[in-house]
Amino acid sequence: MKQVAVLGMPNTGKSTFFNRLTGASASISNWTGTTVDLMMAQVQLGEEQAEVIDLPGIYDLRGFSEDEEVVRQVLKSTPLHLVLLILNTSQIDRQLSLAIQVKHLRLPTVLLLNMADEAPKFGVVVEVEKLGAELGMPVVLMSAKHGQGYTIACQVIAEMLHRQQESVIATLLEDQLVPDRQIAEEMGNLLQRTVSAPKQLKENRTSRLDQVLLHPLWGLPIFFAAMFCMFQLVYTLATPIQDILQQGLDGFKQMALIPLIAGLPTFLQAFLLEGLYDGLGTVAAFIPVIVLFFLGMAVVEDSGYLARSAFLMDALMARLGLDGRSFVMTLMGFGCNVPAIMGTRVMRSPGLRLLTMLVIPFSLCSARLTVFIFMTAALFSPSVAPAVLFSLYLVSFAAAILTAFLFRGKYPNQEPLVLELPPYRLPTLRQMLLRSWHEVRHFLRFSYRFIIIGVVLIWLLNHLPTDVPVASAESLSGLLGEVTQPFLAPLGITPQLAVTLLFGFIAKEVVLGGLAVIYQQSGDTALMGAIAHQINWAQAYSFMLFTLLYTPCLSAIAVLKSESKSHQFTLLSVAWSLGLAWLSSFVFYQTVQLLGLV
Amino acid sequence: MLFTLSSLKVGEVAVIANLMTEQGLHHRLSALGIRPGRQVSLLRRAWFSGPLHLRVGTTELMLRHQEAQQVYIRSAYLGVDE
Repeated sequence: MKQVAVLGMPNTGKSTFFNRLTGASASISNWTGTTVDLMMAQVQLGEEQAEVIDLPGIYDLRGFSEDEEVVRQVLKSTPLHLVLLILNTSQIDRQLSLAIQVKHLRLPTVLLLNMADEAPKFGVVVEVEKLGAELGMPVVLMSAKHGQGYTIACQVIAEMLHRQQESVIATLLEDQLVPDRQIAEEMGNLLQRTVSAPKQLKENRTSRLDQVLLHPLWGLPIFFAAMFCMFQLVYTLATPIQDILQQGLDGFKQMALIPLIAGLPTFLQAFLLEGLYDGLGTVAAFIPVIVLFFLGMAVVEDSGYLARSAFLMDALMARLGLDGRSFVMTLMGFGCNVPAIMGTRVMRSPGLRLLTMLVIPFSLCSARLTVFIFMTAALFSPSVAPAVLFSLYLVSFAAAILTAFLFRGKYPNQEPLVLELPPYRLPTLRQMLLRSWHEVRHFLRFSYRFIIIGVVLIWLLNHLPTDVPVASAESLSGLLGEVTQPFLAPLGITPQLAVTLLFGFIAKEVVLGGLAVIYQQSGDTALMGAIAHQINWAQAYSFMLFTLLYTPCLSAIAVLKSESKSHQFTLLSVAWSLGLAWLSSFVFYQTVQLLGLV
Repeated sequence: MLFTLSSLKVGEVAVIANLMTEQGLHHRLSALGIRPGRQVSLLRRAWFSGPLHLRVGTTELMLRHQEAQQVYIRSAYLGVDE
């Protein structure tokens, strides 16, 4: 099988092209010889079967960031039949530098000038034939997003691949890198002969939008209002879908499942129904929330607005020892902490990166969100519930700011911040669906087996030993819950809730599934009633505070460990979040009790 | 007479003269179009002395003051839209 690498600068639509080329088949796997996970897929290109890898976006082959190191590693160690170099057509005035660097590697290359549909708006015209002849590689104009030129690009790629019998490895990469002066000279000459672009850019849609969205005074309020609207939209859309799903799951259980397993022993019946099915069902009903959430985040990111938030927030973040990118990662963490923690790879300074990784776990991720939506609906009136939920977002931000403030001295940062602000773009539906599909699949793959294991274990703890009342103080879960009481009783957390918290350490969705199993209720309404009967609002809020602040999940810890490469740091992160969780819940619950509010 | 990029006023255009930065930043700035001889314009500054919003050619980028002080420019003048 032939091997193809996709290479390009960030913000060139490289992933969009990769997704179009590989469809939904791509998956993240560990690339041999590197410690990094890369997107990979097998594709039929003309007559050739090829394995295509999506390399991280880089600015310069000589760069010092981890991504740039990864690309060098892959190019130096992998036999390649073809390199697909993706550049942004309208920014060819600067991006040509990467093409010149790749040219000197003497790898078989096709240059794809992407986003060609945008070039006329900027007044950029490229003489493709001439540029190809000068660079010694085929050049194709295309739009990976809308599809123009894509068929031709595929033909050229297939042809090149077919002709390339032998693979090439750039073993001498370091020696083939040309000095800056030479790049500048070659680039100047090439641009003069093959590209025409205006010296100064005219007013356009992006600059008009920026006048409002990056306004010194209104920029930030507008941004937070926009994010708030997005969250509201997600709940409004997801709640009815969730209800329908829950009804469907209940219906299936009543109509099909119960008659089907009626012949089995009672213990096994209860295990399958109340343990596995109810536990998993409660979690599954929340999948629409998660899907819509990722969809919303993808829109904000791909529109170019997320990059702007780095500009708006940088002044504040700098005072906390972080930078605009940390803010963007923290926001991404509201979807799922795991990819956000991995996203810190773009940072070079170890101090900045570790501080950002310490902050991200406090982002209220979609898994925790499902627990909070459920709990607030159970214990607060519909008019108060949204405010309670909003207060948890504020706590999430406050914990992040406090953490950065306290630890910024320990993790000093002098890294310069230079970020591109891409033009605003309307994402296409296809692009959005594919992206959120990838993210949700990644998310589910990470957490589903944990949820199953967690739910099963909680059920077993409740029902063993078999000669005591279910979930009573004498059952295993009762005993386990009792053990935690010296620590958790002052927070108002009951033994039952404590058991779910213990398992929530694995994944927060287990908390939700666990509640369903412990209170032995199927259907949201019945479960909510059961919980509301046993605990008051202060206990519920204390429980939510604890759930929000203590360790996100096992996956997040694993990623913290693999990204920081430090046991000590991972331990610090877990201990600090646990300590902060305990303290916050303690202060809250005791204050409410003292004030006699319950 | 040389100035640094951080002294540029909003709406002004200048020509980049020289980059006095460490190598990593030099690579990054060059890849983003900040090279000697290129025209750069300052679109806006963020609040609380936050980053600068610059445009070089068709690329827009943000840069902190500290780094902007390491980029030398000449002949600043008020930019006009063509």
